[in-house]
Amino acid sequence: MAEYLVDIKNERLSFFTPAGEVKALNDVSIRLKEGEVLGIVGESGSGKSVTAYSLMGLTAHPGKLLGGELQFNGHEIETMSEKEMRKIRGNEISIIFQDPMTSLNPVYTIGNQITEVIRLHTDKDGAQAKARARELLELVGINEPDKRLKQYPHELSGGMRQRVMIAIALACEPKLLIADEPTTALDVTIQAQILELMMELKDKLGMAIIMITHDLGVVASMCERIAVMYAGRIVEYGTTDDIFYNPKHQYTKGLIRSIPRLDTKEHERLIPIEGTPVDLLNPPAGCPFAPRCDAAMKICLREMPPETSFGDVHYTKCWLSQKEEFEKGASHE
Amino acid sequence: MAKYIVKRILLAIVTIWAVATLTFFLMNLVPGGPFLSEKAISPQAQAALEAKYGLDKPMIQRYLNYVTSAAHGDFGDSLKQRGRTVMSIITMKFPVSARVGGISVLVSLILGIPLGCIAALKRGKATDSVISVVATCGIAVPSFVICTVMMYFFGVKLGILPTMGLETAKHYIMPVTALSFYPTAYIMRLMRSSMLDVLGQDYMRTARAKGLAGGKILFKHALRNAILPVVTYVGPMLAYTITGSFVVEKIFVIPGLGGEFIKAINGRDYTLIMGTTIFLATLVIVMNVIVDIIYKIVDPRIKLK
Repeated sequence: MAEYLVDIKNERLSFFTPAGEVKALNDVSIRLKEGEVLGIVGESGSGKSVTAYSLMGLTAHPGKLLGGELQFNGHEIETMSEKEMRKIRGNEISIIFQDPMTSLNPVYTIGNQITEVIRLHTDKDGAQAKARARELLELVGINEPDKRLKQYPHELSGGMRQRVMIAIALACEPKLLIADEPTTALDVTIQAQILELMMELKDKLGMAIIMITHDLGVVASMCERIAVMYAGRIVEYGTTDDIFYNPKHQYTKGLIRSIPRLDTKEHERLIPIEGTPVDLLNPPAGCPFAPRCDAAMKICLREMPPETSFGDVHYTKCWLSQKEEFEKGASHE
Repeated sequence: MAKYIVKRILLAIVTIWAVATLTFFLMNLVPGGPFLSEKAISPQAQAALEAKYGLDKPMIQRYLNYVTSAAHGDFGDSLKQRGRTVMSIITMKFPVSARVGGISVLVSLILGIPLGCIAALKRGKATDSVISVVATCGIAVPSFVICTVMMYFFGVKLGILPTMGLETAKHYIMPVTALSFYPTAYIMRLMRSSMLDVLGQDYMRTARAKGLAGGKILFKHALRNAILPVVTYVGPMLAYTITGSFVVEKIFVIPGLGGEFIKAINGRDYTLIMGTTIFLATLVIVMNVIVDIIYKIVDPRIKLK
């Protein structure tokens, strides 16, 4: 048994579009133990979802894995055939998508869509699968499960549909649940319910969760580890405390500055991160955040910063940290 | 459902009445009459004929008479084909057209749906381009051109297919091909675009994430959603195709209903014009109701009101 449930090393992935190669993931490494919750945060197009999808072998055409190792639960994902991947998907790794309104097939009943995945991955017969589906609906807190099994997605509310999606994802008791912005499309009150449900189920079933989001509030309350992504790279990685109380990368600092706080004074403005995300078709030679960074130095524009570690877990890729650590090291001597 | 069907039947009666009324008056506005021919007949004979068929009465009177008897199921005698009722002509000719047309519709569904799916799945590749070009040709080339070209090659040059009549299965090949060319092409295009739309939907991604195999995803999750536009098109198309095509029936000498439409109009065979029009209108309405019901079965979101 490997030490980690998920161990992604130096993953590189590009989309080969007519306009050219879009480097979606550059040297991404992620580790996750069983039962851990990892949050991946970053703005749209930073590679959060692509990282997770590639782990399920769901990289959409024209995406192509160019390098790196992707280990999951003892499987070498990058070497597996589509047929082998199908046995893992929906079984050992499941996913919940952003928009529950469109993620369920409108022409089949809820029952049909849940039992489908149970019958695919287990040898339960029709009646047993149905009983399991009923059990799952109860587990995710849906009332009148017998009635719901016969209903169609359009007869349920958004929150209910997301619960159904969770039920489908949990049908085969996965080791890893990927939640791709599971609450973005829901009302705030429903958001809280869904997040609470996920944490509850995590404790009950002991699965690991990768939480993809651009909502720092969500990761703060749910995750043990956080990876901050920018332009297809992990720019900072650490425990939740590291990221919130001791952020090192200028981008992470910027993200945290831009959240409204309870002690924010009236008329005080939030500080946005100026500029626009980098064009992944023509990424800059140096740090991708350098053009938007207040503290950018000459070297930032020329060369990609190496990793600077602070302790076992926390690391960042920023020349500033590199410089500080170097100066600290020099003063000790 | 029962309420819906009753409502549709009542609506259908009104529609058919409107079609009949419109046709009746428009047809009578066209100059000419059933008993005019190059060989002049004596005024007395003409008057006698008109009196016999009630054409001497005022138009309103004739209209009321027609509607009353039609409501009782009597569509009258043909004015040109002596001794035959309109009903007997339709019941004799319709089965011939229906057989050729029905086979054609079946062929176009069997070819059009899979080809459209393949084109969508192979989007942007050579297969897709070939299918799209064929589909465009199928829509652009009129059926008489297809008939003539086929007749020349397979009937005359190669001599492998009979060019007229419907005696054996072989006789059906060319007329069916000619009739199904356009609908096949149309279904292919409909299927391709709706399949492309469905393939991009979120629930297709869910299906893949469940670990389902490609075939299952396509047949269970994609096809049922993508088929709706085709259902819409096939309903009325079936009505038109099984009532016969004038061009194809004329070229391959098929004794079908398609020819009767045109013959009736040219000969001012008033009762036959009315009969065939009402028959076609009824078929189209029935097909539309069937389409609505199929729609409801395929897509549970649709409410029949």
